Amino acid sequence: MRPTARSSPHLVSGRGFPVLVVALVVALAVTAAFAVGVGTVDVPVGRVVAVVWGHLTGDTAGLDPLTDQIVWDFRTPRVLLAALAGSGLSLAGVCLQTLVRNPLADPYLFGVSAGASLGAVIALTSGVGLVAGLDVAGAAFAGSLTSLVVVFVMAQRGGRLIGSSLVLAGVAVAYLGTAVTSYLQLQANPAELRGVMFWLLGSVAGASWDDLGVLSAATAATAIWLTTRGRSMNALSVGDDTAAGLGVDVHRLRILLLVAASLLTAAVVSVAGGIGFVGLIVPHAVRLVVGPDHRRVFPVSLLAGAVFLVLVDLVTRTVDRPNEVPVGILTAALGAPFFLVLLRKGKRALR
Amino acid sequence: MRVRVDGVSVVLDDTTVLGGVDLVAEASAITGVVGPNGSGKSTLLRCVYRALRPTTGAVHIGQDDVWRSSARRAGLRTAVVAQDHDLDNDYSVHEIVTMGRTPHKGLLDRETTADRDIVDRALERVRMDRAAHRVFATLSGGERQRVLVARALTQETPVLLLDEPTNHLDIGAQLELLDLVRELGLTTIAALHDLNHATAYCDRLLLLRAGRAVAEGTPAEVLDADRVAEVFGVRSAVVPHPLTGRPHFVTASMEDGRETATG
Repeated sequence: MRPTARSSPHLVSGRGFPVLVVALVVALAVTAAFAVGVGTVDVPVGRVVAVVWGHLTGDTAGLDPLTDQIVWDFRTPRVLLAALAGSGLSLAGVCLQTLVRNPLADPYLFGVSAGASLGAVIALTSGVGLVAGLDVAGAAFAGSLTSLVVVFVMAQRGGRLIGSSLVLAGVAVAYLGTAVTSYLQLQANPAELRGVMFWLLGSVAGASWDDLGVLSAATAATAIWLTTRGRSMNALSVGDDTAAGLGVDVHRLRILLLVAASLLTAAVVSVAGGIGFVGLIVPHAVRLVVGPDHRRVFPVSLLAGAVFLVLVDLVTRTVDRPNEVPVGILTAALGAPFFLVLLRKGKRALR
Repeated sequence: MRVRVDGVSVVLDDTTVLGGVDLVAEASAITGVVGPNGSGKSTLLRCVYRALRPTTGAVHIGQDDVWRSSARRAGLRTAVVAQDHDLDNDYSVHEIVTMGRTPHKGLLDRETTADRDIVDRALERVRMDRAAHRVFATLSGGERQRVLVARALTQETPVLLLDEPTNHLDIGAQLELLDLVRELGLTTIAALHDLNHATAYCDRLLLLRAGRAVAEGTPAEVLDADRVAEVFGVRSAVVPHPLTGRPHFVTASMEDGRETATG
């Protein structure tokens, strides 16, 4: 064992890192199984595992049809959507924080989610989306891509992205989108308004297997690409000039990161609405534990984001039964105190 | 390895920041770039290390046209101690120095024992090996600059670029850093503020004003009292340094001491 592993300034390093990854994988499996079991009808974890195993092996003959439907058709896609949304938002947050080297950056700062919300709200309140052949998710996706293009055009000079312009253009587009969205909300009838509010605050309720395809593909593709870019992103995170001096094509990396993070956010927002705070706090919490090296931050963020959102979704269903609290409210309510504790502890360990 | 800058101009937002600058930095020599604030020293260096594409002109390192080959290839030829280092993160000194291996590694490569040995040797070279596991942002200014030099060494490049490396350092740390750079014997281009550092440590100098080359040559050829007055707007005199005997600039503002002299 080299001495560096023992005396690293980070809370988890060296041999501790694979242990942490394995622990998170186990935690994800356990919380997911538990989350599938809990609901208006509780299903024991053993039965949950039996149903999932039955579907994975193609042997569903001996399953109780009602339990099967609850577990496989309703709860499993919901829990998977929560996990994927948590992973996707966390990865997008890491990309954007490094891209603009601003700790406050998150997927919602760049207008992408405001654009998505606007698209969805237009579809929900006016039926314009339906005319264009788009459902709510499709309209949200189209809205986020439109705002991405606007932000990109405003923040570039000669094809190069400028970090500060990116933040400002993103904030401006976000405000514009939010203003139009608010106006449409005021025009909406009460039935539409409820749908709009639920969507704006984020929700994984009512997820179906069909919702998972695009998001899982986007998350997997981005995660694989990011594992090859850890070293370059480390360089970028300490400075543009430094990164250029280390042989990193800064402009290209910036553009690719913005596109990857935006597509990921758009894919999440279009099916789960505006789930805030995850993309901001998960990357920070992870860095406080494993340090800033992106080759560690990515896998841990992917897993921690998934565990976090599965847990939050579980709480939304159980805290006020039989009602559900929108997930966006609880990500902030649970995440903020946890993050503040970690911030205090992490800094003390370092200094 | 020789660095050749041919007619490099940089125009940003219709302002000419650099206007047709030529420079040859000979192998294993220290070439200093001096000039007032905003004269284009950093801009010139950024064109050499591929952070800023020149509007016209070319930069060659050895036979390579920097802007016609890949970013990674540039990272294998030039290492930089830049001014933009972000301190709002918790990288350890070891992690910062390991970044120097970036251009040597493929997308999925991990650091090998050989890489770690290179990092350890570089840290010993700048006498920062004991601080390897401290958080970079908590070091003093002088320690940080030494760590950044260690990272440049870890990059194992023939060319070293320094952008005002002695900024914010105390006087002892300034001279220590420049001694270290001279000891390394790499092809070095350094943007420097202190004219006495420039004359004491550089083999050749390029003097810039408002993005244009005013003079190029040995320190004695480039810097004299008249030219310093013309470019920097200060009165100066060259006196023999009482300790080393080398020519030394003493400066005063254009007003300072005039009345006493005449009165």
